[in-house]
Amino acid sequence: MSSPLASVSVALAGSGGAGVMTAGNMLLEALARAGYYGLMTRSSGPQIRGGESVAMVRAATFPADGPDDRFHVLVAIDWQNVVRFADEIPLGPESLIVGDPAQGEPPEHFARCGARFASVPFKAIAKAIAGGWPNMVALGLLGGLMGLAREALEAAVARASRKGGEASEANLAALRAGLAEAAKLGAAFALAAPPARTPRWLVTGNEAAGYGALAGGVRFVAAYPITPATELLEWMAPALARLGGTLVQAEDELASINMILGASYGGVPALTATSGPGLALMTEALGLGVAAEIPIVVVDVMRTGPSTGIATKTEQADLNIALYGLHGDAPHVVVAPNSLADCCAATQWAVELAEALQVPAIVLSDQYFGQARGVVERPVVRESAPRRLTAQPDGAAYRRYALTPSGVSPMAIPGTPGLAYTADGLEHNERGTPSSQPADHLAQLEKRARKLEAFDCGERWASVEGEGEIAVLTFGSPTAAAREAVVRAAADGVRARLVSVRLLSPAQPARLAQALAGVERVLVVEQNHSGQFLRYLRSVCALPREVASLRRPGPLPFRPGEIHRRLVEWSRA
Amino acid sequence: MNAPDTGLAPQSFKSDIKPVWCPGCGDFSVLAAITRALAMLGLRPEEVAIVSGIGCSSRIPAYTTCYGFHGVHGRALPAATGLKIARPELTVIVAGGDGDGYSIGGNHFLHACRRNVDLTYLVMDNHVYGMTKGQPSPTTEPGWSSKLAPGGTGVREFHPLVVALASGANFIARGFSGDPNGCARLIAEAVRHPGFSFVEILSPCVTFRPDQRAWKDLVRPAPVEPTDDPARAARRLMTDDGFNLGILYKGRRAPYAPAREPRTALAELAKEFAL
Ligand SMILES: Cc1ncc(C[n+]2csc(CCOP(=O)(O)OP(=O)(O)O)c2C)c(N)n1
Ligand code: SF4
Repeated sequence: MSSPLASVSVALAGSGGAGVMTAGNMLLEALARAGYYGLMTRSSGPQIRGGESVAMVRAATFPADGPDDRFHVLVAIDWQNVVRFADEIPLGPESLIVGDPAQGEPPEHFARCGARFASVPFKAIAKAIAGGWPNMVALGLLGGLMGLAREALEAAVARASRKGGEASEANLAALRAGLAEAAKLGAAFALAAPPARTPRWLVTGNEAAGYGALAGGVRFVAAYPITPATELLEWMAPALARLGGTLVQAEDELASINMILGASYGGVPALTATSGPGLALMTEALGLGVAAEIPIVVVDVMRTGPSTGIATKTEQADLNIALYGLHGDAPHVVVAPNSLADCCAATQWAVELAEALQVPAIVLSDQYFGQARGVVERPVVRESAPRRLTAQPDGAAYRRYALTPSGVSPMAIPGTPGLAYTADGLEHNERGTPSSQPADHLAQLEKRARKLEAFDCGERWASVEGEGEIAVLTFGSPTAAAREAVVRAAADGVRARLVSVRLLSPAQPARLAQALAGVERVLVVEQNHSGQFLRYLRSVCALPREVASLRRPGPLPFRPGEIHRRLVEWSRA
Repeated sequence: MNAPDTGLAPQSFKSDIKPVWCPGCGDFSVLAAITRALAMLGLRPEEVAIVSGIGCSSRIPAYTTCYGFHGVHGRALPAATGLKIARPELTVIVAGGDGDGYSIGGNHFLHACRRNVDLTYLVMDNHVYGMTKGQPSPTTEPGWSSKLAPGGTGVREFHPLVVALASGANFIARGFSGDPNGCARLIAEAVRHPGFSFVEILSPCVTFRPDQRAWKDLVRPAPVEPTDDPARAARRLMTDDGFNLGILYKGRRAPYAPAREPRTALAELAKEFAL
């Protein structure tokens, strides 16, 4: 038996109906109950339902919400089309591939990576157990290889069973058969002892974002289904109803964004969630939100674009449209969560910023966070106090768009006597009356810019970790890989600091300069083809003299090794 | 019509902002009809929100003393839908032109009829794009010649009332701006009727469609009583020449009403995530 590992990554693949997702979720649950951190991502073939799929589970003794470089184990219940996932499941000579001999040889690609191969007759074993399923055998095998206690696995199977917390004898027998197979192979990838217990959540990024939105006060959602944002909406629909709010399925994204503008104009904090194509449809109305100063939140769970792109896969290529997609001079807020758990806090913060500044806020999440399920430190969530500055009748003539020093002017909520006004996307004077006077246009443009510039966003603008003369500058889901790369680089004697920007707009050049004080080299990491983040950074702040770009498009997530290698090479150059 | 008397005259619903409309534009009379209807209904200005898109007609919210929302072109119905669902106690009136409602906003029209939220939708139909200076709209006659479509579009007109009925609108009426009192009564009735009420108001564009001055001689009260039978209403609307005025259909569908009793505290919802 090799020495225990701090992180183990396994993949379970099979064709439609093999139940790999079910088993993957049970494995994650068992890991969580055994005290480990973990993350499960999934990938499927192009079939709408059924078809081959793979559940990828990473277990760790530390919070890890990104992928590792390689998989320790690939278990295939069958090989049908599994080769399509080859690029998503990097394996090495130290890896183990387990296949069912009755399903034939592993595909050439997997054989070539030098991994050890072992045979387990999943189907035959399952067949010998009345009502037994191969996926439960595979679950037992994986749990055993990772050194998980049988009890943890059994509890996870019981929890997931339809019979109200009681696992069927067949499932338990299949699980035990899998554990016995693992024992034959040796617990080759046993996890080190779990860390001290802390309160944790088992949650997807989409669910976390939905919860954060509710904590921020959102009580109206209108949206049109789109992968990978749909689960966020499906989680929110019943949750909102329980809180006395409403979710409306709109006829399209043009409707959803205008519905939330209407609801928020009515005083109810409102949100929509979509992906790139939907965000593109919403940009006209986002301009209305800016001009009429109506707070709204749009969560963009980014996927690979342009157009329908690769609808089920991750990318960070909507940064440009989020920052610049609006017509006219339209200052607004863009926030990017930088961990799975941060999907909750960042979305809540986006609601608070939108409400406080009376402006649209875009949350740039992505498919990786949105659809990954992880064991994360339980976020401390307090319900936000209402942030919107509302107008009270005071006898004076009401000026909705009054030119205040902060730029924020009290908003009258329909129903309030004496304050009726028309919210208008036409340029207007302080009262809200349409005006084409140059002075009014300039004054209102400056008011709307001032709101964002004058606002003190505090320390949450970024996560700044570590010290060193090299910095990794990133945002969003590559943060996890970047963090691990920085830790590994430290072990090589390369001191680096991590700056993961959460508040993308309004830009915080002074804070960024401070975070980069003493830094001579910056590696900008982003997941898109054209380097949108670096271009943006160059336009809003002065970067150190030496800047390198580590960028590549989706659909594959960043892995720590590629960033680590770059850091070490660069530090020695 | 027995309205509670708030003592507010129509004039109290008219703001001090001078309309941008051309002298003689039908929309002036629609504004007058709205203010009369609101007075008849005994509402207070702050209890009413008027939501519009873009066009000459869509300028109307700011000309009232009610809460107004002047949004983007074609999207008045979704904005109003969001507002009404979020704030059901408000009276929400949506107003705009035929281009705004039937062309760029056509999809929302179908779905607003179908969704049956308790809104009143007033379309000031002048069979032309007024604001952009005289292009054909979906209700323009195929042979009407313009700079953008010399010799006419050759495309048959859109029949908004038929479409509204087929899509599920719960109240369908036609008014004429030349009869502001009749319009006021239609609007008041539409507001009272639960669900999605659609009032098409023929409102001439004197600048780009001077021929519409003839409308006053073409319109007539519909020679029939309102019906609640969609099949009868369909026959009536399919043979309608576009000039019959009055309430043409009054349905009995229950309006959209999401359940929304708060039953849970936020922290309760996190229990499903807790390990
Ligand atoms: C997205 C968008 N496209 C085009 C326009 C230009 N536009 C403004 S009003 C209008 C048509 C208005 O016609 P209608 O709705 O019939 O109103 P009317 O002016 O006749 O009252 C158009 C095309 C716009 N404002 N926004
Ligand atoms: S252009 Fe036509 S619709 Fe517009 S204000 Fe003038 S008359 Fe009225």
